Amino acid sequence: MPEKFDVIVVGAGPAGTSCAYTCAKNGLNVLLIERGEYPGAKNVMGGVLYRQQMEELIPDFWKEAPLERPVIEQRFWMMDKESVLSFGYKGLEWGVEPYNNFTVLRAQFDQWFAKKAVEAGALLITETVVTECIVEDGKVVGVRTDRPDGEVFADVVVLADGVNSLLSKQLGFHKEFRPDEVALTVMEVVNLPKDKINDRFNLEDNQGCTIEIFGDSTKGNLGTAFLYTNKESLNIGVGTTLSSMIKAKMKPYELLDYLKNHPMVKPFIAGGESAEYLAHLIPEGGYRSVPKVAGNGVIVVGDAAQLVNAIHREGSNMAMHSGLLAAETVIEAHRLGNFSQSMLNNYREALYNSFIIKDLEKYKDAAHTFEKYPQYFKEYVPMMNQAASKFFTVDGTPKRDKQKQIIKNMTSQRGTLRVLQDLYRAWKAVK
Amino acid sequence: MHIVVCVKQVPDTKIIKINPKTNTLDRRSAPAILNPYDAHAVQEAVKIKEKTGGTISVLSMGPPQATAVIKKSVEIGADQGYLISDRAFAGADTLATSYALSKALERIAKELPIDMIICGKHAIDGDTGQVGPGIARRLDIPPVTNVIEVTEVNEREKTVLIKRKLTNGYELVQSEMPCLLTVEKEINDIEYSPMPNMISAARYEPIIWAVDDLENVDRSQLGLKGSPTVVGKMFTPPRPEGGKKLDGSADEQVSQLMDILMEKKDLFTLQSTK
Repeated sequence: MPEKFDVIVVGAGPAGTSCAYTCAKNGLNVLLIERGEYPGAKNVMGGVLYRQQMEELIPDFWKEAPLERPVIEQRFWMMDKESVLSFGYKGLEWGVEPYNNFTVLRAQFDQWFAKKAVEAGALLITETVVTECIVEDGKVVGVRTDRPDGEVFADVVVLADGVNSLLSKQLGFHKEFRPDEVALTVMEVVNLPKDKINDRFNLEDNQGCTIEIFGDSTKGNLGTAFLYTNKESLNIGVGTTLSSMIKAKMKPYELLDYLKNHPMVKPFIAGGESAEYLAHLIPEGGYRSVPKVAGNGVIVVGDAAQLVNAIHREGSNMAMHSGLLAAETVIEAHRLGNFSQSMLNNYREALYNSFIIKDLEKYKDAAHTFEKYPQYFKEYVPMMNQAASKFFTVDGTPKRDKQKQIIKNMTSQRGTLRVLQDLYRAWKAVK
Repeated sequence: MHIVVCVKQVPDTKIIKINPKTNTLDRRSAPAILNPYDAHAVQEAVKIKEKTGGTISVLSMGPPQATAVIKKSVEIGADQGYLISDRAFAGADTLATSYALSKALERIAKELPIDMIICGKHAIDGDTGQVGPGIARRLDIPPVTNVIEVTEVNEREKTVLIKRKLTNGYELVQSEMPCLLTVEKEINDIEYSPMPNMISAARYEPIIWAVDDLENVDRSQLGLKGSPTVVGKMFTPPRPEGGKKLDGSADEQVSQLMDILMEKKDLFTLQSTK
């Protein structure tokens, strides 16, 4: 006789583990199923973990979680072929409790987080693939795994199975995502001695820095690159929408190679030893791509529900928060013994009233705008670099004349009207 | 039928690195796994139990986190597991390890008499293959090493028929039970564990014994104190130099090859055919 649980969570990433942890802590009988050898074995992100949503789940987590460095400096680069225009913020207040965010290595962090769920009472099973939801009379009643005697049942199934979410696709919650709805990101973990990292990034031992790189880092395509500091390694990676990659006929590893050999980037990673190469899709369709997130006996969370804010590179925090909101609904449903779609839609409502969907709604046109009008990355980044170079080069030209020349350069390259149009469009997309 | 399988948690040596400065294993660099030979030992116990019925226990010695390999064994199909874990056991070589394990086996046998003990051929971190036979000697039961097949278990006669791997074939031996087997990897294929096993394993809490839970223990034979082995030095073997690639037409390559062989002819025993 197959077992029945209160809730089955599919996928032990931030969303699934957050949900399993919260449900288990509230006394529910939870089964957490992970396909990897251990939680985190298959999970990839650039590496920034935000403090706020994690702290809601586990107060003071930074005292015991395997974190790399608290981020005290965030830099943003507009990069051209042989130059970079940069701005950023560094503040020591981010280096003390309660911190702002941290760099992490997911293989370690996810294992620790899942261990917390197990300590709270969840049962964790790894190396097991859920092949489909078991549906009876229009209601999801359990899951089928690839193991012998592999059926398990539950009142409610939470799908945290990541970006492609084959399970919610099987249920008809979404179609195959289009190439412009997902980004392909490749990254490497490059080992480098601590002293070198501290020197190159101007840091102390327990201070981290993140650099987001726009422009030539993606050869002008819609996307970004990043360079983050861990304790004794760097995470360097680059991603663009799959559609841009297809259109530009770029291969992801070539793009990463290009970035690593870029004269602005190379000195940071020089002498490092590549320890790991990772690649993953990121759901970046935003507001318009969020699928149906609740059905009869089933809830969808995290990447599976496309909850990523590409503009602010937030994802794991949204995943965790969606897991928490899902757990709250499941706990209430369990109390009432009602797992119908209308009951589980409370999760949907909570999600839409939270910062998650509000933020996605704010930027609902951003990615589409930047994808449709490539000039922002292709033309303006080089123009801004040229302008900065001109303005800061001392050559006896009066500064006012320089300003005029810069503006003239810009408008002559694209035309005054088009520059104004571009500015308005960009403002509208992110306002 | 009560089978006890002795298992060990080892660093995954496929991945592990040696710290070039200290010449010690960098254990952080590799995840801890169930010694692969031991996984086959558990699987063989499961296969035997399918025919005879009975109970499969696993036994391990190690730090508290070694309970992971006991849970892994329950996934494969073991019924229960014991971990002996105590500072007194730390630093044990194969002599002290087999002593400690034999004491734990005596305690297990007191609760349920043991018919067979199965170990992996050796652990992949030490490659000694000494602990299995060491246990057999201390318990005064026959050791049967390099087992590639358990052909027949006769519970009534208390005998077992076994194929042992030899360098140029195999030998078929019959042993009385209880006995101790050490198994090769080819003895079986590890099966993909069924879901109910996975759930039992996730729930299972291994039994942990400290040294005081064992009886008649001579503490001087435990841990570092009971270990006469001294590791002199550990090092990464130098990489062999790359070979030489010959270019040119087939004839040219053959003549180049002949030149090289002639140059090194002292290394070979040449037999001329007239």
